[in-house]
Amino acid sequence: MPSLPPIRPEDEVRARERRGTGAFDAPAADEPDLSLFEYALRLGDDSLILGQRLAEWTGHAPSVEVDLSLANMALDLVGQATHFLNYAGAVEGRGRDGDQLAFHRDVLDFRNCLLVEQPNGDFAQTMARQFLFSTWQKMLFDHLTRSKDEMVAAVAAKAVKEVSYHEELSAEWVIRLGDGTEESRQRMQDGFDWNWRFVPELFDMDELAREAAMRGIGADLTILRDVYHAKVRSVVEEATLVLPSDQRPILGGRRGHHSEHLGHLLCVMQFLPRTYPDATW
Amino acid sequence: MYTTELQKTKAVDAIEDPEKLAAFEARVAADDFIEPKDWMPEAYRRTLTRQISQHAHSEIVGMLPEGNWIGRAPSLRRKAILLAKVQDEAGHGLYLYSAAETLGTSRGQMIEALHSGKAKYSTIFNYPTVTWADIGAIGWLVDGAAIMNQVPLQRTSYGPYARAMVRVCKEESFHQRQGYEIMMHLCQGTSEQKRMAQDALNRWWWPSLMMFGPPDENSPNTAQSLRWRIKRETNDELRQKFVDITVPQAEAIGLSVPDPALHWNESKGGYDFGEIDWEEFYAVVRGEGPVAKERMKARRDAWEKNAWVREAADAYAAKKAQKKQAA
Ligand SMILES: [Fe+2]
Ligand SMILES: [Fe+2]
Repeated sequence: MPSLPPIRPEDEVRARERRGTGAFDAPAADEPDLSLFEYALRLGDDSLILGQRLAEWTGHAPSVEVDLSLANMALDLVGQATHFLNYAGAVEGRGRDGDQLAFHRDVLDFRNCLLVEQPNGDFAQTMARQFLFSTWQKMLFDHLTRSKDEMVAAVAAKAVKEVSYHEELSAEWVIRLGDGTEESRQRMQDGFDWNWRFVPELFDMDELAREAAMRGIGADLTILRDVYHAKVRSVVEEATLVLPSDQRPILGGRRGHHSEHLGHLLCVMQFLPRTYPDATW
Repeated sequence: MYTTELQKTKAVDAIEDPEKLAAFEARVAADDFIEPKDWMPEAYRRTLTRQISQHAHSEIVGMLPEGNWIGRAPSLRRKAILLAKVQDEAGHGLYLYSAAETLGTSRGQMIEALHSGKAKYSTIFNYPTVTWADIGAIGWLVDGAAIMNQVPLQRTSYGPYARAMVRVCKEESFHQRQGYEIMMHLCQGTSEQKRMAQDALNRWWWPSLMMFGPPDENSPNTAQSLRWRIKRETNDELRQKFVDITVPQAEAIGLSVPDPALHWNESKGGYDFGEIDWEEFYAVVRGEGPVAKERMKARRDAWEKNAWVREAADAYAAKKAQKKQAA
């Protein structure tokens, strides 16, 4: 092994002059904050995947007015995804932007919850998913407006108004369809039966969620759970429906273990950037 | 999007009160707006209802070829822009249905006529969107053609239609610029992207020219519609304007217009262009367009398979009203 350079007197002088910054064993300032990165991915992926799903309705909705409101929600969600994913890319510091993250990751790297990737099914199933998700997202974003991370707080503050409208709109449809005709009641009930098993994942506090909450960046979801269930129950009751019984929770989305549906969604969504990796659009 | 008149009316059959008719024609000639409550000849009402409802149907059917690419838009920005655009078209459909309803036909009746194949919509939407460049081509050419047609309609004689056009036109010019920007970007891109762009222009060019409708000598309603200020310029005049504006735009981004007969005619100050395949146009009008069946099926399915949603909404509203009455 080559000999180490000696410490010269001028080095010692320089060392004395440079006293006073940093700490031993502290992450360097330019080291990416990977848990913030992951947390922003979760937020961005939820919005992105649900936006992609809702957009599938475009041109095929029950009426022009409904078509407009679904496209409107999709647009809000794609906007949120753009902010969160661009931010995630910036935090990661490896030169990836929102588009890189949206179009060049495979299923294992997606961090959305399983609920948002569920297929649209009929309009009732779409509304059940929307209501279960938007009610949760609204509570979360309310909380995140007070995040210690300025960017997360700013995006949440902008998005919370949008999401509050999504919650309202979907709750109205749940009630209208639940308390509409016999057929619509059955379809709405089926919509809840399909989606209900993915609700526990929304409140799962895994290590990353706990760390984000502890740092004041993310929300402690356990304190939101009771209010959420009370809200959902009151709408479901007004809709003359019954909540499905709880089953063993299905988790995995936050760790990249998704349903079979996500891969197909990504095939469609990522087709162009993947087929023409050298192109910009 | 827009539509041109595709169906012919029988000769004006109603016998109108000559005094009222003369007063009406004088108002129209003086560029007065006719409002829903005003007296109007039956043929005027019928022609306008047909034209506005066709226009509305075109906006709604026109959501399908572009909706086909929202899920595959190649960036988050493009996805948002396309979603917003298709949403605008839905909004145009709504204003136009409302404008047509002021003439006494309900939206339900108009939709029924579309689904039964009785009502027409713009021929252009019976062509498929096969690559991303088609989204650029539609914005650039189809919305571009729409503007050409709709700008004069802002001064059309029927007030509600003219006002709808004012709102619509602002958005259409936005769409046109966004479409052209997609094409421009593709033309600056890889060889595959350039190929896509040129191929899209090749496929959409002639159908875009057909959007303006049959040639004037074959368009028997034009004279009447011009006199009544339902139209303000003839099909051929609008088509010529479109060609004159669009050809330099194609050249500016390095695309070639697929017409060997195209050349600048100094004396008329416009382009001469090749013969349009009117047989193709009439085939599309007859419902034989390449994806006509797909478009109609998509519209009917959306309507019929979701009928239970509309029924439920009505049932719920009725229950609410009943409860309110009981209270
Ligand atoms: Fe339009
Ligand atoms: Fe448009």
